[in-house]
Amino acid sequence: MNAATDTADAPLAPGAATDEVRFVLDGRIMSVLDVPPALTVLDYLREHLGRCGTKEGCAEGDCGACTVVLGELDTDDHVRYRAINSCIRFLATIDGKELVTVESLADTDGNLHPVQQAMVDKHASQCGFCTPGFVMSLFALYLENAAPRREDVIECLAGNLCRCTGYRPIIDAGCSMGTYPEPARWSRADAALAARAALLRSIQRTDALHLSGFLAPRNVEELTTALGDAPQSLLLAGGTDVGLWVTKHLRDLAPMIYLGEVAELRQIESDEGFLLIGAAVSLTDAWRAIVEQHRELAELAQRFASPPVRNSGTLCGNIANGSPIGDAMPALIALGARIELRRGNGVRDMPLEDFYLGYQRTALEAGEFVAAVIVPGRDADVAVASYKWSKRIDQDISAVCAAFAVRIDDGRVASVRIAYGGMAAVPARARHAEAILVGLPWSRDTIEAAVAALARDFTPISDMRASADYRMRAAAQMLRRFFLERSASPPLLRTTQVQVA
Amino acid sequence: MNRAGHRRHAGANSGVGTAVVGAGVRHESAHLHVTGAAPYTDDIAVPADTLHAAFGISPIAHGRVVALDLAAVLAAAGVVAVATAADVPGENNYGGILHDDPIFADGEVQYAGQPLFAVAATSRAAARRAVLRANLRFDELPALLDVRSALAARSFVVPSKRIARGDAAGAIGSAPHRLAGSVTMGGQDHFYLEGQVAIALPQEDDTLQVHCSTQHPTEVQNVVAHALGLSAHAVNVQCRRMGGAFGGKESQPALIAAAAAILARKTRQPVKLRLDRDADIQITGKRHDFVADYEVGFDDRGRLLGLKVMLAAGCGYSADLSGPVVDRAMCHVDNAYFLDHVEIIAHHCRTHTVSNTAFRGFGGPQGMLVIERILDDIARTLGLDPLDVRRINYYGVGARDTTPYGQRVEDNILEAITDQLLASSDYRARRAALAAWNRTSPVVKRGIALTPVKFGISFNAAHFNQAGALVHIYTDGTVLLNHGGTEMGQGLYTKVAQVVAHELGLPLSAVRTSATDTAKVPNTSATAASSGADLNGKAAQAAARVLRKRLVAHASAKHAVAPGEVVFAAGRVRIGKHDLSFRELVSDAYLARVQLSSTGFYSTPKIHWDRSRFNGRPFFYFAYGAAVSEVAVDTLSGETQLLRLDILHDVGVSLNPAIDLGQIEGGFLQGVGWLTSEELRWNAKGQLQTHAPSTYKIPSVRDWPLQANIRILEHEPNREDTIHRSKAVGEPPLMLCISTFLAIRDAIAACAPDARELPDLRAPATPEAVLTAIDRLDFRALPLAEPDKNRRRTDRRGTRVSVP
Repeated sequence: MNAATDTADAPLAPGAATDEVRFVLDGRIMSVLDVPPALTVLDYLREHLGRCGTKEGCAEGDCGACTVVLGELDTDDHVRYRAINSCIRFLATIDGKELVTVESLADTDGNLHPVQQAMVDKHASQCGFCTPGFVMSLFALYLENAAPRREDVIECLAGNLCRCTGYRPIIDAGCSMGTYPEPARWSRADAALAARAALLRSIQRTDALHLSGFLAPRNVEELTTALGDAPQSLLLAGGTDVGLWVTKHLRDLAPMIYLGEVAELRQIESDEGFLLIGAAVSLTDAWRAIVEQHRELAELAQRFASPPVRNSGTLCGNIANGSPIGDAMPALIALGARIELRRGNGVRDMPLEDFYLGYQRTALEAGEFVAAVIVPGRDADVAVASYKWSKRIDQDISAVCAAFAVRIDDGRVASVRIAYGGMAAVPARARHAEAILVGLPWSRDTIEAAVAALARDFTPISDMRASADYRMRAAAQMLRRFFLERSASPPLLRTTQVQVA
Repeated sequence: MNRAGHRRHAGANSGVGTAVVGAGVRHESAHLHVTGAAPYTDDIAVPADTLHAAFGISPIAHGRVVALDLAAVLAAAGVVAVATAADVPGENNYGGILHDDPIFADGEVQYAGQPLFAVAATSRAAARRAVLRANLRFDELPALLDVRSALAARSFVVPSKRIARGDAAGAIGSAPHRLAGSVTMGGQDHFYLEGQVAIALPQEDDTLQVHCSTQHPTEVQNVVAHALGLSAHAVNVQCRRMGGAFGGKESQPALIAAAAAILARKTRQPVKLRLDRDADIQITGKRHDFVADYEVGFDDRGRLLGLKVMLAAGCGYSADLSGPVVDRAMCHVDNAYFLDHVEIIAHHCRTHTVSNTAFRGFGGPQGMLVIERILDDIARTLGLDPLDVRRINYYGVGARDTTPYGQRVEDNILEAITDQLLASSDYRARRAALAAWNRTSPVVKRGIALTPVKFGISFNAAHFNQAGALVHIYTDGTVLLNHGGTEMGQGLYTKVAQVVAHELGLPLSAVRTSATDTAKVPNTSATAASSGADLNGKAAQAAARVLRKRLVAHASAKHAVAPGEVVFAAGRVRIGKHDLSFRELVSDAYLARVQLSSTGFYSTPKIHWDRSRFNGRPFFYFAYGAAVSEVAVDTLSGETQLLRLDILHDVGVSLNPAIDLGQIEGGFLQGVGWLTSEELRWNAKGQLQTHAPSTYKIPSVRDWPLQANIRILEHEPNREDTIHRSKAVGEPPLMLCISTFLAIRDAIAACAPDARELPDLRAPATPEAVLTAIDRLDFRALPLAEPDKNRRRTDRRGTRVSVP
């Protein structure tokens, strides 16, 4: 790969150089030729630029030591900055964006940014290895929120692990960073400067970025054509799973077609009580839209991976991936979501649960891709809930995840959809339990009958996350919890609701 | 890139006019940490011809190697060389005590993950891919995969040990109450954020420069020298900082550095070996898992009359540091309690799993958890508040004060700590309120526990309790400090620099610490056993005092004043009526040919240890603390939440309260991880299944308690002459986590109709473990969480023995 050329003094014509990755770093346009398609942003920073502040802690997006901030034009004159995991993000996918690393924050006189100064003042680093990642996660929050509350800080840091401090001083730093004087560099005003957007506009392209082994079509037509020509291509969206194929499984990837620049797939449409969420919509944006409709899913949305993973990953990627433990599927299936599959100009749709045929097997045919998921909007008569149980609250993969949607008429179950993750080779409905419930009075006895039927729905496995025993037991307990939450005077059900003396 | 010139945001660090020792100054690298400008070993610029290495590891737990065919590995893209046991020029071993840890398995593999060979390639990716191409064949042999199996097979890495005092069996036999039970606790991966890494750089005349993330540069130097057949003076090892270590970089880095050195020797090129996270967790040792069986006799008030404990540690395939780890476990079964008639037998179980090693606490946490569980069992059996049972068993002052290993507890301050913490935490009232609350809450249950810590400070092996330092004063009045201690985030460099600045009356900014380096201070002990500041602080102080004495002699002679009239303060020196800057005095001394460099040395006094009799004074002093945890348990899911935490911890006179607070908080939460969410799971073939953060869950930000009151005990200087009367703080606070575990147990007990139930809660208390413990309670009907009628009650739980 050619060394990056810093071309700030020689601006490129828009649309030029379809084989050159361009992005902004520290106010300058970086142009990189011959980018290997699976080169991660982290390896590029460390091994090619010698810019070693960003660290590798796990190479799977789980520890946050590699966190950087990515700026992306969201309108013509506004850049939206979000934290991502650089260890599993391919460099080619940051084309047209602005990269901000821990080295970017202090001003040229060496004055620390308020985020950094707060971390110093609160004694929030010990070994310091995780620190750049924490700084960058907090920096993204700093730009977004002038006066974050403790809960905002905790939520923002769900994807950053620290093994030294116990987190208390880092939380304190996050809570106090807003009280420092505005910095010369990277204040909220500075981040919103029109010049930043203008610089990014100058590197937006009209023709697709096309590297050896990597194509980033700009619209669906280009995408379907490319996929039609090469149906064995690997479709890459957020890369929060595909990244691990490279960093952990050391796999050779098929030529990639990147969905992230396909304009039509970046849309969320809201229409006639449905949400249509395109394949390139990030989990952050998708969950925000879903939770607006279904407030009961707020906790699930918050516990889904971590902010940097949600900022890169996509909801449709989570769906297409077909993992039995993907946390979105039970809720989507319970809500009755459908997915839209596309090949060429042909589009078909199906209920989400029908998409999963077996362990990591889906109904997707060669040359076809998941274009969108269609999520029904709020129905005031349907009670909805989703629970995720895991060893750790934040950034964990569920042992069991369940979702329930029930309509009760005159005290009887009129209709019900129950879906589980972690209980079978695919996310699946509990059809026996559902069948028991329909038509019966909504009562403790009915629920226990449905619990008994779960044994016919599922034969879960034991693995490192939980035993089969626990999974069966958890599946039952979740159904009971759903009932209890809806009882006339529910007991306290959440440890988080306990008032501390 | 702007790496240089970050303005120091000194804040409290100016030190001028303020006491440097005892000030809560920031970590010496804080401004570098937050800007990404603090280089770790992997960040060091290497020569262009540097090769990158990776290990090829055993996929099976135990077997004879039938074929180790590396032809395809060698043929892989980018591969320059491979190394196996046959390529080790010297000794194929990195075991520090017994020489039973091969660098590369030779003929037999003893755990899944054991290195068989290593590859050097032109890129890290090429090396990692190449090792997967090996053609390996084995004759598989039976494998022992857990402690109980190894115990049954009498498979041990070193001989079992015993401490006994009085007549334990007789005292138990005649006690009014007796109880027997078992305690099971898992191990723990260190999960330092920076994985193991070493760089071997061949130098002139067959010498070698090694950069290594290590707590023990001297051991790395020795192991590398032995592996290459070199003398120690031909190998130089340096470490500026580690991205966390926690004991995991005490003996383990020698393996990494040795493999890199062997490949560097073979290729005559620099070699870097950095383990990826999965390899790191699979290859390197962890905290020992333990099982313990006990029998105890006690009176109506819960006072211990006789105790027999069998400890069995899961050591893995080799001894590594297991002998000393188990010694420390045995020396902490007493924790804060006087054990009159006692027998402790310990076994070091050899299993076909990774060789377990040092981890913050070094066996102490495991020993302590056993006695705390026993006292909890006693209290529940008698229907007493566990705190009352604990207090009645505390070591006395002037009586009932001798440990099972013969050391008198002369500095016991636990009564005062407990009284203060009881008041500040409002323990009694909250305990009563919780009991009432639990009666009205069928699903969420709350629990509370107060547990104390008494932790012995010093290496059990007396000879490790020594340290050296080297202090230079330059003619501009600045000071460069070097010592044998390593910086892993604990703030050692900051604290020792504070000590030196204090001795010379300088602002802290005048003292800089250079990377730990075997060429500067030789023959060092590992920075371990919480001893870093105790040992290196004293050694650096000694060096600084030599220099100050020379400067005083020079100044008093030149200005004809008594030595007592030369006073160093705030960067200046008063010499009788004269007032000079430190720099002026130093320049003057230089011109007068005064030596401005000195070494310093320290060895801990008073300690002695008779290994054969398991008796002596292994510890210079004890560090104390206590914690109250209150938790909520969701009895539907088994999930737990730490609601409130109160800690009062003893650090003597703190050298740096900000850093000490960080050690207390961080150590505590790391311990909570060990006892709650961090679960190591092996499959039936002995392959570790939890070798990445996606499957191995250390505490995250939400696990810090909602309400925390963490205080450092005041006005209790160390009774021994330690550095500025401070106390070690690295390990002791970790064991405060036992309060959280027992609070969870308390909440589980609240599910049972009979308050005297002894919940069978294994550690870690994962949601599944909590739910299992609830299931095993002997309850007639729990309102909502249905017990599993088919589940057999285990015989591992505490069982009451009938009173004669």
